[in-house]
Amino acid sequence: MRWTLWVPLMLFAFFVGVAGYQLFQPKDELIPSTMIGRALPEFELPAASETRPGVTTADFKDGKPKLLNIWASWCLPCIAEAPHLESLKEEGVEIVGVAIRDKRENVDEFLATHGNPYTRIGADDISAVQLEIGSSGVPETFVIDGEGNIVHQHIGDVRARDVPRLLEILKDAS
Amino acid sequence: MKRVLLLLAIVSLSLPLAAQDDLPPAPYAYTQLEDPAQEAEAVALMETLRCLKCQSQSIADSDAPMAGDMRHQVRTRIAAGQEPEEIRQWLIDRYGDYVSYAPRVTSSTWPLFAIPLLLLLVAGAILWRRIGRKSVGGPDQILDEGDD
Repeated sequence: MRWTLWVPLMLFAFFVGVAGYQLFQPKDELIPSTMIGRALPEFELPAASETRPGVTTADFKDGKPKLLNIWASWCLPCIAEAPHLESLKEEGVEIVGVAIRDKRENVDEFLATHGNPYTRIGADDISAVQLEIGSSGVPETFVIDGEGNIVHQHIGDVRARDVPRLLEILKDAS
Repeated sequence: MKRVLLLLAIVSLSLPLAAQDDLPPAPYAYTQLEDPAQEAEAVALMETLRCLKCQSQSIADSDAPMAGDMRHQVRTRIAAGQEPEEIRQWLIDRYGDYVSYAPRVTSSTWPLFAIPLLLLLVAGAILWRRIGRKSVGGPDQILDEGDD
């Protein structure tokens, strides 16, 4: 029997093998922003809460690196990350919040219950700023350097182990 | 079995906790544009953009609030006179090719376009050789018959 007769069967086995392998790989559902390394787009958001002013792009250009935290009062992981944002604040980090599709009374209630680590909070009622910076969910945290450039994106809630890394990235950005 | 059922019950009951906001949808999330031609352009584009929250649906199919916000962007930008491909590029600049269902030739996708062409060429070459070889014996006779 000629060996070439086995080629189609081996090709078939190869494809089945690849498909089978991929079936057992964990699904990667994170969609990284492709805005890293680029300037923050121009925007201007009104205040989302009584307690803090709104946010504009110019606020990020004062020379000091900051965190831009995309969150919402209706988002459960945002409650989990609140204490870690608080410890970042205690390290002297300025955190600017953008509340996605949120009501003022809900924002105020969330801040009263879970703490308010923010220096400013903008209200993004139609996810416009979220779409502009390539964020696809809440919570997400971006590191912005002192000139208003996006240098890093953290997808999902900030956990205790992420705090030192974010501090380091902020230090490198200054 | 009881344990499995209990687990299923817990999992299904916990789903409603995946919270949603209670703001009204963006103005153009569910409202069509007044100009039917512009609306048709917008819908055609929305059907080829991926919803980022419910990743196997287009933003035209999805009721996720974020998909509504993306439809609002598409419709307002079309109404402002932008080209559909300009808007697609605006999203690709932010989320990468993943956000678009329309295939593009890039450094990682070119084999998908090149391999079928290559296979066609190979198949053509094999056919050419086989048919060419078979007709070596009798092309003259066939031609002669045809001429008569």
